[in-house]
Amino acid sequence: MLMLMNALRLALQEIRRNLLRSFLTTLGIIIGVAAVITMVTLGNGATQQVTNRISALGSNLMMVNRGQGMGPGRDRVEAPGFRQSDIDAIRLEVAGIKALAPVSQTSVTLISGNTSWSSSVRGTTNDYLVASNWDLQSGRLFTNDEETNGGAVCIVGDTIVEELFANQSPLNRRIRVGRYACTVVGVLKAKGQTSFGNDQDDLVLMPFPTYQTRLAGRDALSGDVQQIYLSLMDGVDSSHVEERLTRLLRLRRNITGSESDNFHIMDTTELAATLTSTTETLTGLLGAVAGVSLLVGGIGIMNIMLVSVTERTREIGIRLAIGALEHEVLWQFLVEAVVLSSFGGILGILLALLLSWIMALLMKVPLVLDPGIIVLAFVFSALVGVVFGFFPARRAAQLNPIEALRHE
Amino acid sequence: MSNNLCPRADALVCFQQVTKVYGQGGASFQALRGIDFAIQPGEFVSLMGPSGSGKSTVMNIVGCLDELSGGEYWFRGAPVSSLDRNQRALLRRLHLGFVFQGFNLLARTSALENVELPLLYRGLPKTERRRMAMAALEQVGLERWAKHQPSELSGGQQQRVAIARALATQPSLLLADEPTGNLDSERSRDIMELMVRLNREQNLTILMVTHEPDMAAYSGRTIHCVDGRVASDQKNPPHPAHTHAHTPEAGQTGATSC
Ligand SMILES: Nc1ncnc2c1ncn2[C@@H]1O[C@H](COP(=O)(O)OP(=O)(O)O)[C@@H](O)[C@H]1O
Ligand SMILES: [Mg+2]
Repeated sequence: MLMLMNALRLALQEIRRNLLRSFLTTLGIIIGVAAVITMVTLGNGATQQVTNRISALGSNLMMVNRGQGMGPGRDRVEAPGFRQSDIDAIRLEVAGIKALAPVSQTSVTLISGNTSWSSSVRGTTNDYLVASNWDLQSGRLFTNDEETNGGAVCIVGDTIVEELFANQSPLNRRIRVGRYACTVVGVLKAKGQTSFGNDQDDLVLMPFPTYQTRLAGRDALSGDVQQIYLSLMDGVDSSHVEERLTRLLRLRRNITGSESDNFHIMDTTELAATLTSTTETLTGLLGAVAGVSLLVGGIGIMNIMLVSVTERTREIGIRLAIGALEHEVLWQFLVEAVVLSSFGGILGILLALLLSWIMALLMKVPLVLDPGIIVLAFVFSALVGVVFGFFPARRAAQLNPIEALRHE
Repeated sequence: MSNNLCPRADALVCFQQVTKVYGQGGASFQALRGIDFAIQPGEFVSLMGPSGSGKSTVMNIVGCLDELSGGEYWFRGAPVSSLDRNQRALLRRLHLGFVFQGFNLLARTSALENVELPLLYRGLPKTERRRMAMAALEQVGLERWAKHQPSELSGGQQQRVAIARALATQPSLLLADEPTGNLDSERSRDIMELMVRLNREQNLTILMVTHEPDMAAYSGRTIHCVDGRVASDQKNPPHPAHTHAHTPEAGQTGATSC
């Protein structure tokens, strides 16, 4: 214990005597530790962000699209849309559904007074708001009558309020949606942009029957239901629902035997899992690359310590001559390496906190600090000192004092 | 040839037929060819001889920095050749002080910290270290230079710091290998007078290598080495510039064999 204290004292004295060299030695560790922590922190932030955004999209949400894939491929246009009767059948035959809504949309020009704005209009029902996590900021939902028989009413997103009404309340004001006019009865609470930069608040909702009769005529297929949104009750197994849904839709769309589906079900729970595991893999990869830089930092410490043993050969000779024991010289150098590398670790952690904070701000991802990785990086940096400091330290301790004293 | 001096309980250092061979096989070189001498506590002995005669080799063996090849060396009556590396380091720590030709102070380290270094290895607490180091600096007259680094001191001052470092642990034997080799004659006299004073006032035993007869004249006894053998071993007449250095009673100086 006393010996370790002594070694620590000697090591600190030596570090203080060579401040610049000591700092340069630790630079590798500082950068390595900072890189590992920053990468992992940002990776965790990105994962968190993906999770946040998907849950904003709607938890337990399933979207049924026509076509086979997720993209707007040719098969999507050729595949028939869905019918209102499909929706009714799903409601009847698939259990565990909390909300179920038809969705069809088209892009239009909106006019209010002498301001115009191009946006998209969606025909749907109140259930759409439940399924995709929308809240009303003011006004009301569609009435039962409006949902079943249609009506000249609409609910608008925050961006519309901003662009067409200069942030004044649009309630009970009329807007032209293409060639049709409707009265604004509700305003949606803002959601902001998606991770891909789309403005989610740039939309107008209409009762589905109104959309079908007034706006859908321009597109031969848009008379059908383009998409079906559904959200599941809590605790319902989404894969089970997906299976029931697939079987039902195949039957209703006359797909038999080995023929492949001409519709596609997207499950946000599944999507979240996929995306999260992707960002987690990326985080691991970045962390590993940064870990290599930490290793390089360790080799840097060994390099400088070896140079320092050679450079200080005469000094080691003096120490041995005045009675330093072999293991005391060993401990001095080892402790010096460990102090340097752990000090580098601490500086690296501070640098990482600063960098992560700045980068998280710039990249607009949440700052998710993981104490585990901070502790791990610190322990690893100290370990680097032990491993890479041992060889030079042993070399110093085994020097022949006479030869060391003669060394120039 | 052998002497019947060793082992002697009263001798601090006793060499009996000490030989030293450097290297192995065809490339080997015999630096010492059978050295006999004894040093009593309180003596100030100088070791002279031409370059390459083995003076430094003797010093290194006495200082337990090097191992002998043959014969035996007793320190305070105990044979040294059986000690391992660690035990020899402990012997240095507890009993020996070194002064080198090239001063060998730690750079960028104050005089005080240099003097404290051997005390640090003894594990003394800080206040005790400070006190003993300051006392040693006072003995060499450098207490006012305690905070200065070696680069800010003259050669003579640096050598005095080195002497203070050797003295700090109150060793039984001070070993000085050409301590004035890097100094001009005035500084050399200062250092020699300091050593004589330490020898007389503190009864410090000193073994000093020099190749200058002027410097050897300060000591009480001179051993001449030639070709790895002792050529002569004589008491010195009293120094003209000084009262004579301390010598133990006659008849106790070591015998000589060549
Ligand atoms: N490490 C060594 N290896 C080989 N020969 C050496 C070594 N050290 C000293 N010698 C040789 O031993 C002889 C005595 O050296 P040394 O004791 O240093 O002489 P001095 O100090 O009297 O000048 C010299 O010839 C020298 O070359
Ligand atoms: Mg020599």
